[in-house]
Amino acid sequence: MTITMPPILQVENLYKSFDNTAILKGVSLRLHQGEIKVLIGPSGSGKSTLLQCINCLVQPDRGEILLDGTAVDRTSKTSLCRLRQEVGMIFQDFNLFDHLTALNNIIIPLRKVKKICRREAEKRARLELEQVGLADKTELYPAQLSGGQKQRVAMARALAMDPKALLLDEPTSALDPELIGEVIAVIKNLAARGMTMLMATHQISLIATLADEILFMEQGSIVEHGSPSVLLAPGSNSKSQGFCDRLNELSDGRE
Amino acid sequence: MQSSISIVIDALPYLLSGFFNTAAIVLMAMFLGLLLGIGIAVGLVYGGRMLRFLLGLYVWFFRGVPVLVLLFLFYFGLFPYLHLPINALVSVSVVLGMTTGAYQANIFKGAIIALPRGQFNAASALGMSTFQAIRTIILPQALRHSIPAWSNEYSIILKDSALAFVIGAPEIMARTQFVASRTYQHLSLYIVAGLLYFLLTWLGVTSLRYLEQKVKIPGYSHHGMR
Repeated sequence: MTITMPPILQVENLYKSFDNTAILKGVSLRLHQGEIKVLIGPSGSGKSTLLQCINCLVQPDRGEILLDGTAVDRTSKTSLCRLRQEVGMIFQDFNLFDHLTALNNIIIPLRKVKKICRREAEKRARLELEQVGLADKTELYPAQLSGGQKQRVAMARALAMDPKALLLDEPTSALDPELIGEVIAVIKNLAARGMTMLMATHQISLIATLADEILFMEQGSIVEHGSPSVLLAPGSNSKSQGFCDRLNELSDGRE
Repeated sequence: MQSSISIVIDALPYLLSGFFNTAAIVLMAMFLGLLLGIGIAVGLVYGGRMLRFLLGLYVWFFRGVPVLVLLFLFYFGLFPYLHLPINALVSVSVVLGMTTGAYQANIFKGAIIALPRGQFNAASALGMSTFQAIRTIILPQALRHSIPAWSNEYSIILKDSALAFVIGAPEIMARTQFVASRTYQHLSLYIVAGLLYFLLTWLGVTSLRYLEQKVKIPGYSHHGMR
């Protein structure tokens, strides 16, 4: 498969500095159809910046981003819009549009970006909300939803755009512990449906059970990568294992 | 000699036409200011260096020069120089509109930059263009948050509109002065003029408060915690 099919998303040698501080120092990765890769590592290691550089919310200084094997022209607005349509993004703090109902949060981008007519867009939006278990919340505004519900609306909104891959930037980190489960359930359901994902997370259950590959970032580079079964095996002495052990201690036995 | 009450009653239709002219001046000025203010605010936040500099000059000029000077400058200076046949009433509307545009620009700019950065990022991440994001996501929120400050601007412009008297626009102040100088009923006539201004302030501020409630985002808290 890897011989005939180019990766859906490929990142080559990405560099980014803010005020002379290097945040990304030549990061490369490939994401094939249906693959789930998990970015872990300490805060400030560049995970979030990497994800934001991949869909150019933050412009990388150097490097290439390839979509289906074709390099994205970052100076062209149309190719940037195409990249962002095909690579969905889930944010830590949800970023629902505060002035729109759950339903309209999904309808507006469908209409503005995909140019779908109002009726079709609404049908699709209702379907996506149903998929994440929020069929009864369509008319509520973000401020009337819980954190977990907001994140599920955000996921429905991203999925309605039919992305080829999804970038998730700590999707459960801003949630109260009792609300994490409902978001994890949606992510697992997506994985089961074969969604290609690149996810930064500190959630052990997602790292261990979903990841095809763990990418461990430290000081702007991927310093370790491999499957969880290898990296997290007892006695592997990997950085990933040490990191996950610390996360486990912090969550005192909680899932 | 006529009693002051009957003079006021006789003058009322004349004063009321001034009332409607004042209302027209303020509505036109606020509308022009709204268009200018939104455009300038968007340019100041999202524009390039050169555009920001030019818009900054505009704001600096209209905030820095007294309205009275601007009125003379445009009505007796610039408009005749450009051979623009603009009457006093429209001139006042345009000058006040351009002035309030500079102030409104700062109101809207503040509201835009106070929105969480994530609102714009989320729109971009969904593939919206900068223009689409500003139009459908940023401005609808920023304008809602601007209504209280905008209603201040309304009452200020309403009162500044009395300066139109000096170039002879037929508004409340000019009409009152005209009647008062002929009947010598200054006290009662200027009380009526004051009440007319007060009535316009009340109408505008009340409508804006109603609008603010009407477009309020359900569940959205303005007191920090979100």
